Amino acid sequence: MLKIDGLSASYGKKSILTEISIDEIKPGELTAVIGPNGTGKSTFFKAISGLLKGTLGEMVLNGDNLRELSSDVLARKICYLPQSVNTTAALTAFEVVLLGLKFQSGWRVKDEDAKQVEKIFAILDIDHLSDQYIGDLSGGQQQLVWIAQAIIRSPEMLLLDEPTSALDLQHQLAVMDLLKILTKKRNIVTMVALHDLNLAARYADKVLVIKDGKLRAFGVTEDIFRTDIINETYGVEVEVQTQPSGTILVMPIRSKRQLRADLL
Amino acid sequence: MTDIVDNSGVEDGASKRYLRTARKRSIIVFVMMAIVAFSVLLDVSLGPGNFPLSDIIDVLWDENSHGVSLSVIVWDIRLPVALMALLIGAMLGAAGAEMQTILNNPLADPFTLGISSAASFGASLAIVAGFSLIPYAGTLLITTNAFGFALLASFILFATTRMRGVNIETMVLVGIALMFTFNALLALMQYYSSETELQKIVFWMMGSLMRVTWSKLAICAVILGICLPIFMWRNWQLTALRLGDEKARSMGINVSRLRIEMLILVSLLSAVSVAFVGVIGFIGLVGPHMARMMVGEDQRFFLPMSVFCGALILSVASIISKMITPGIIYPIGMITSLIGVPFFLSLVLKQRKRSW
Ligand SMILES: Nc1ncnc2c1ncn2[C@@H]1O[C@H](COP(=O)(O)OP(=O)(O)OP(=O)(O)O)[C@@H](O)[C@H]1O
Ligand SMILES: [Mg+2]
Repeated sequence: MLKIDGLSASYGKKSILTEISIDEIKPGELTAVIGPNGTGKSTFFKAISGLLKGTLGEMVLNGDNLRELSSDVLARKICYLPQSVNTTAALTAFEVVLLGLKFQSGWRVKDEDAKQVEKIFAILDIDHLSDQYIGDLSGGQQQLVWIAQAIIRSPEMLLLDEPTSALDLQHQLAVMDLLKILTKKRNIVTMVALHDLNLAARYADKVLVIKDGKLRAFGVTEDIFRTDIINETYGVEVEVQTQPSGTILVMPIRSKRQLRADLL
Repeated sequence: MTDIVDNSGVEDGASKRYLRTARKRSIIVFVMMAIVAFSVLLDVSLGPGNFPLSDIIDVLWDENSHGVSLSVIVWDIRLPVALMALLIGAMLGAAGAEMQTILNNPLADPFTLGISSAASFGASLAIVAGFSLIPYAGTLLITTNAFGFALLASFILFATTRMRGVNIETMVLVGIALMFTFNALLALMQYYSSETELQKIVFWMMGSLMRVTWSKLAICAVILGICLPIFMWRNWQLTALRLGDEKARSMGINVSRLRIEMLILVSLLSAVSVAFVGVIGFIGLVGPHMARMMVGEDQRFFLPMSVFCGALILSVASIISKMITPGIIYPIGMITSLIGVPFFLSLVLKQRKRSW
């Protein structure tokens, strides 16, 4: 269980998040974090995982006050996947994922470590990529490898920043299915920042809306995916429909912001 | 089900393939170690006099087995030089590997951040003005001065990067500023120096293994003995550092501390090597490159391989420097570049083509 009380975060003097409080995010539930560009979703994740110096407030994960933990203990409890990772390292996809498993332990790679990596590759169906250098993979393939690295250990909390942004439709569904099952099975707190509202609506148990560094709404998916909330948050006009099957669909109609096409 | 059909090699899983690659890499590292050992032995056996290899090995085993003169040649001249090539090459290889790692840039080398310029200025100051940073240096004046200024430069680097936050840009910018400053000061010293002094400065900077003594060898061995285990101990963190700062930090690595720690060790390695043998470029850049091409960047293989590649380049250069013209030993720094470049180019050309 994650509880956040009065979380504020800043880069130097530039204040980004103000007074975010969340009573309880339950383990086993998938929480989607949504909001416009530049409103602080990534900052929110960084603050929780202890990567920001200018963080105020209290965060408690399963009874541990996160701000009192050392960085290596934090890294064992929380697995944070940044929005974009760029590397030119001469490391294969397999080595990258192995690193996610072994980074705080001894330097002997046992057979069972390698087996565990192989399992994750099989789960994500990227076995054929394992021998290639990470930099030689396509954008989406790289993203799958980073996801593999993020989920290989069993942390108490997973924070994934737009993990599906480069993936095709099939892979988006596969990854979200996997995250959903993983969250339940391991009973962990999972938060996923998403821009694809249909994906969020389809998979999230709870939704957290951040706008201009403030918490705008937090609740079960059906309560958040309302026309007025989405319109207000993004400055758009959408139609939110609930299918007979219960699936929520967000149909974009138009942007409310006047496009300055005259400047073209 | 019976295991009649042997599928090995056809449908091996990712883990098998990885473990096989890892084993292959360990073998490459060991083979390289053997080649280095062979090269050092060759270095000892070759030189004016054309003594047979068997005699040389006898003398290495038992100092007095073939008379005093051969004993002096082997133990006082050839062996120290050969070992110095081995140790300095290893130091520069390791320093280069970790400099490239902490600067996240395969084009960096141990002298990227101005350490060699500072050392050269220190040496020239000793040669021209007799000035010494460390009092009572005596005959070691040039060496201690070069070392002192190399450390001074690194100290300025730590202090400023600490002040401004330890990131790559600050480190590189301050390093480049230091390099230009010390180069300018060096030029100033050369401008004011007499002809013989100028010659001395130029020769010093070209690098030479002939300045070796057994105590210098011992110092090099001790410093390697301190640095390499620390690099090895930090191997996962160093490998993770190449995934970028944010990823490394999310793995619980204190990136700033790791950088400073590594920078101190790299500075120590490069300062000592410059002070003892002058500026020998190229090895710290190319040794790690060769290692990367052969075993990738998992530090468990990358670091030892860089050490051996560095050692091999300098050892071979030492052999060649006395083989070109009998009786004349060419400056080692020159030779490393001359033999290293073609070899390196062939490696680059042999590397799998990138289509972009
Ligand atoms: N390193 C930084 N230094 C200073 N300001 C930053 C830094 N990183 C982000 N910001 C600012 O913080 C604000 C929030 O950024 P953040 O990355 O959290 O947005 P986001 O909600 O994740 O946006 P996106 O959907 O585009 O990923 C932005 O205004 C951005 O300019
Ligand atoms: Mg973001």
